[in-house]
Amino acid sequence: MADGADGKRKGSRERVISHRDALHGVRELVLANVVMAAEIPAPTGSEKRVTRFLSERFTEAGLTDIASDQAGNIAGVIPGRNRQRNLLVAAHVDKIWTDADDHTVSVEVGCMKGRGIADNSLGVAVLATLPLILERLGIELDSNLILLGTTRSFGRGDLAGMRFFLENVDQAIAGALCLEGIELGRLSYASPGMARGEIRVEICGEGEDFGSAGAIFLLNQILNELLKLNEAHAPEATILIGTVDAESGYNVPPLNGEIRFEIRGESEALVKELEEKIGELVENVAGQDGDVFATLEIIAHRKPGDLGSDHMLVRAAREIQEVLGIAAKIEPSISEVAALLESGIPGLTLGITDGGSRHTRHETVQLERIPEGLAQIVSVIEFMDAELPDKATS
Amino acid sequence: MPNYLTKPLPDMSKMEKRIETWLGTNTYHHSEFWSIADLVKAKERAGVSISLCIPTLNEEKTIGKEIIMFKSELMDRYPLLDEIAVVDSGSTDETLAIASSFGADTYLSGEILPDQGFRTGKGENLWKAIYQLKGDIICYVDADIKNIHSKFVSGLVAPLLLRDEIQYVKAFYDRPLALSGGLRPSGGGRVTEILVRPLFSLFFPELTAVMQPLSGEYAVRREVLESLHFPVGYGVETSHLIDLYVKSGLDVFAQVDLDRRVHRNQTTIDLGKMSFGILQTFLKRLEHNGIVRGLPEFDSVFRQLQAEGKRYETRNRVIVEEERPPMITIPGYRERHGR
Repeated sequence: MADGADGKRKGSRERVISHRDALHGVRELVLANVVMAAEIPAPTGSEKRVTRFLSERFTEAGLTDIASDQAGNIAGVIPGRNRQRNLLVAAHVDKIWTDADDHTVSVEVGCMKGRGIADNSLGVAVLATLPLILERLGIELDSNLILLGTTRSFGRGDLAGMRFFLENVDQAIAGALCLEGIELGRLSYASPGMARGEIRVEICGEGEDFGSAGAIFLLNQILNELLKLNEAHAPEATILIGTVDAESGYNVPPLNGEIRFEIRGESEALVKELEEKIGELVENVAGQDGDVFATLEIIAHRKPGDLGSDHMLVRAAREIQEVLGIAAKIEPSISEVAALLESGIPGLTLGITDGGSRHTRHETVQLERIPEGLAQIVSVIEFMDAELPDKATS
Repeated sequence: MPNYLTKPLPDMSKMEKRIETWLGTNTYHHSEFWSIADLVKAKERAGVSISLCIPTLNEEKTIGKEIIMFKSELMDRYPLLDEIAVVDSGSTDETLAIASSFGADTYLSGEILPDQGFRTGKGENLWKAIYQLKGDIICYVDADIKNIHSKFVSGLVAPLLLRDEIQYVKAFYDRPLALSGGLRPSGGGRVTEILVRPLFSLFFPELTAVMQPLSGEYAVRREVLESLHFPVGYGVETSHLIDLYVKSGLDVFAQVDLDRRVHRNQTTIDLGKMSFGILQTFLKRLEHNGIVRGLPEFDSVFRQLQAEGKRYETRNRVIVEEERPPMITIPGYRERHGR
């Protein structure tokens, strides 16, 4: 599509549009899978129930080599006509929510709502429906298409599912696609350097030296220093604060607390430098009083990677989005695509539809544009099958 | 005064054996019918069509999910259902628009058989559905289920597809749990345990084998449905059980464990109204079947009390369990369905 002659280009455009039109007919199949996937609790590290759901769907669809690995990932293969090369489509199956949270989905006019519905039940549902989608469109690929539900994506999971798969897969992957529920137009082909950490403070004794705020006083000190570091290193690096946690009711100063943060930077060296500076400031806090213990734990890392905006896969994805009237939202990602890029596999993350309120109980996906999102995915898979070389080059 | 204390106890063993036998042969768990592909084959062998009816009144919060699940799993993926219809009592919310947008056929109860008039009540919708829907088997599922799954339909129609003698299949939920002290009684709702089960124990003891006689999910053969009276309100499920039991006995029934049903809870005030309607239906059947005689004409006013501070007042509501005749007696129905 990217380099073809005018006639071929026109044919490709028409094919993308015809996919979109045909895929209106499978919307309910996808939505039913969204409901089922979304109502299964799948906290990071406890994904067995949702991978069983995927396994059942893969079995119904007649996939081969359906298997769960040691990391808990679930994979199945749609065999290609020429079985010499492999493509990968993946969706992470874990959610940020616990077993105890209400996972009920509600369906309203034009949208569905519920915990984890966008991140990433819609992605899981599309993965589950993909065999049927390709069948309904009459698409037979030359390449084997590996469908993979990955575990342990969030937080301390540190992409453990995808990493395990990539370290142990015994066949070369020519190209890969990661599915995320939102946003339609999302196009991620680069990963920043990243380090994710947890700072814990603990006060032994009564905490009288820290006034009426206890550990909150110490957390506040650390926060101020983190914000100064952030300001000093912008825009090449960012320190994102995701959690500040210290509680003890209303009238008792808490004796321990925690900050969870993420460093993102253009280079591995810059991320490392900030990691060390944060380590020093934590040591300083710990050293100011014999009753204070403060620790830093780095729980996840990403190396920076970039497929490059000129890569033929990126260009093809942008053209497909343009044909479908989808405005491209190019953003770096620290999700599964980062692990692919680290492994040298050309890969993208694509969003499926519009939505919002991510990581809240009102997380929403809009239904109207799902057929466009599906057509985009199918068309990129077709491109990877037909035109992406085994050793992809820019 | 009669000496009640010396009245001999009834022989329980025969009844218990009868109920135990029925529980063993006619009670299923939905997982026994996990293969929908096999059910489709059974349906093709039986040469029957199946319709799903969802009666509604302002159910916009849950109807969309039900339609998506049933249409996707039981029509698009496996052709078990031939039609999905929502029969509505006049919702003022988005119920019909949502149902229609996901591919259900939608009908206003008042527009079906208009020459028969319109009554407000779920039973009215169920009765009108017999006329409107095409299936040889009709499966009814309430619209307020939050944890909907295709098993709510596939599990219920399965016994009808696999056993010719079964005519009426009821759902029940919440399996008895093994506790340290033994088995927990299988939970019917409050009205079941406080009203219906005691009444069945007194007058139709075999029907106590039905775990949840008031559950709104059941699948029935058309020839049975068209022969039943339909109270338009709260008594429809109770009347079906009694009327079909009196006519054909317990063996035409089956029941299926669907595990868990999450739905909105009703207030005690509302359950009182429900009980009042069910009791009317029940007493009418006692008299009709000659079990009791000379009942006075019922007062149709249900009286409840409420207090505000030291002020007490009655809340009266007229609840008349009007009944629709068997559909087979309606000429328009016979003409439409060639009966």
